[in-house]
Amino acid sequence: MIWVTQLLNGILLGGYYALLACGLSFMFGVMRIINLAHGDLAILSACLVFLIADTTGISPFVALIVVLPVMALIGWGLQRWMLERSLRAGVLVPLLTTFGLAIVIENGLFEYFGADTRSLAPYIGDFAYDSWAITSNVYIGSLAALIFVLAVVLLGGLKLFLTYTPLGRSIRATAEDPDTAALVGINTRAVYAIAAAIAVATAGLAGVFLAMRAVFSPYSGPEQLIFAFEAVVIGGIGSLSGTLVGGIVLGVAQTFGAQINPQGFLITGHVVFLAVLAGRLALGGLRSRGGIPGLRTRPP
Amino acid sequence: MTLLGVEQLEARHGLLHAVRGVTFEVAAGETLALVGANGAGKTTLLRTIAGAHRPAAGRILFEGADVTAVPAYARLRTGVALVPEGRRLFTGMTVKENLMVAATHGRSGPWNVDTVVEAFPMLRQRLNSRAANLSGGEQQATAIGRALMTNPKLLLLDEVSLGLAPIAVEAVYRSLEALIAGGATIVLVEQDIGRALRVATRVVCMLEGRVVLQGSAKEMTRERVTEAYFGLQHARRATW
Repeated sequence: MIWVTQLLNGILLGGYYALLACGLSFMFGVMRIINLAHGDLAILSACLVFLIADTTGISPFVALIVVLPVMALIGWGLQRWMLERSLRAGVLVPLLTTFGLAIVIENGLFEYFGADTRSLAPYIGDFAYDSWAITSNVYIGSLAALIFVLAVVLLGGLKLFLTYTPLGRSIRATAEDPDTAALVGINTRAVYAIAAAIAVATAGLAGVFLAMRAVFSPYSGPEQLIFAFEAVVIGGIGSLSGTLVGGIVLGVAQTFGAQINPQGFLITGHVVFLAVLAGRLALGGLRSRGGIPGLRTRPP
Repeated sequence: MTLLGVEQLEARHGLLHAVRGVTFEVAAGETLALVGANGAGKTTLLRTIAGAHRPAAGRILFEGADVTAVPAYARLRTGVALVPEGRRLFTGMTVKENLMVAATHGRSGPWNVDTVVEAFPMLRQRLNSRAANLSGGEQQATAIGRALMTNPKLLLLDEVSLGLAPIAVEAVYRSLEALIAGGATIVLVEQDIGRALRVATRVVCMLEGRVVLQGSAKEMTRERVTEAYFGLQHARRATW
């Protein structure tokens, strides 16, 4: 029965990874940018919610209402004033730019918050550790279940948004061919900025839920980036439904690894990631595995 | 009434001087055929008029207003739409989505999915097909339909017959001729001189970036255009 519990926990943990990876996958799918500051932006959001919750005493869930638009604005501004310029200089420059941004965020947070680890768990009361009994021997965490549902709703909603709304179609058109998108009247600069806003806001959402379910410090970003990157690669770069699958595979691998050996949590996830990566390379490169039309990797 | 005015337009691709001092006008309701050999600068000229390529010098006037610095997406809203060479459809989208994405950003007017299907009956059964799965003729019809969905005042068509089977070319041109008969203003880049002379009211021939011949299609002979096309003689600039 323990394996069933671990399977369920792994799937729910995968929901968190999918939530975290969603923005990374979306930004790459639309703008071809691998945002190395993705994890740090998530932690920045967690720190902002912590600051609000700690100073005002309001619930982190309420603080999210303030912080998510702020994160979206940060994403919009990053695209307009930093990524757009660095993209003009070639495909590798945005990598360096976001790497630099990650360092700035980490050290900025360290300067303000110090090196202590923090958590939002004390601010959400029993919800941080409540669980539901599925059977007499199988339990799932209520917060983990909420995160999983949120990830499914977010990824599904994003997919519906891209498929059925005019703005979504404009994003897909721009992702596929920005030159032609401009010829059908799409302001591609604005579309990129909106896509960056969505990507950073989803990273912010994931960061806050990380802070509720675990501890974080100003230097937690790179580790989260690795998890997000692994989920994206396992699920297929640029594919939103693949991101959910990738997150679940990573989460299940980690929990099974931890069940086999307490030290095996991280290493099992990395091994599965490497195995999928090697398989993909052997089967003809790091191509997207389907998902939303228009949000796929293109050959350079 | 002059709809489009191109004055001393220059355009470059790096060191390549693709368009050199081109000047011509297009009146409302007119169909202008732009002919010339490969590398004559026709596509660059069309892309520059559409705002997709930044000119090095000169002016583009649309309905009397200088639109030279207006970006492509905003120029479309003034009423200039380009059907690019190679169709450039959004292949991950369905035909209907390709049409809808253009309609979102275009001008309001008579064109919608139904009227596009009426103009291009071959699309009727293909609206929900992925653009990548269409035949060449269907792709070209979708590309023209996509431009029409923006309700343009001026339609720029680049190499509509390129790479199409003869039967597909006939089908596309039947629809185009209906558009022309309906009073559309069109600038058409076409390699097939005979076809260009048949559908156009005026012809402009380019050679190495320059206009070497222009005049009424009715008064232009195929031989004369061919000579200018290949630069076989010093073509006179017609003044008709």
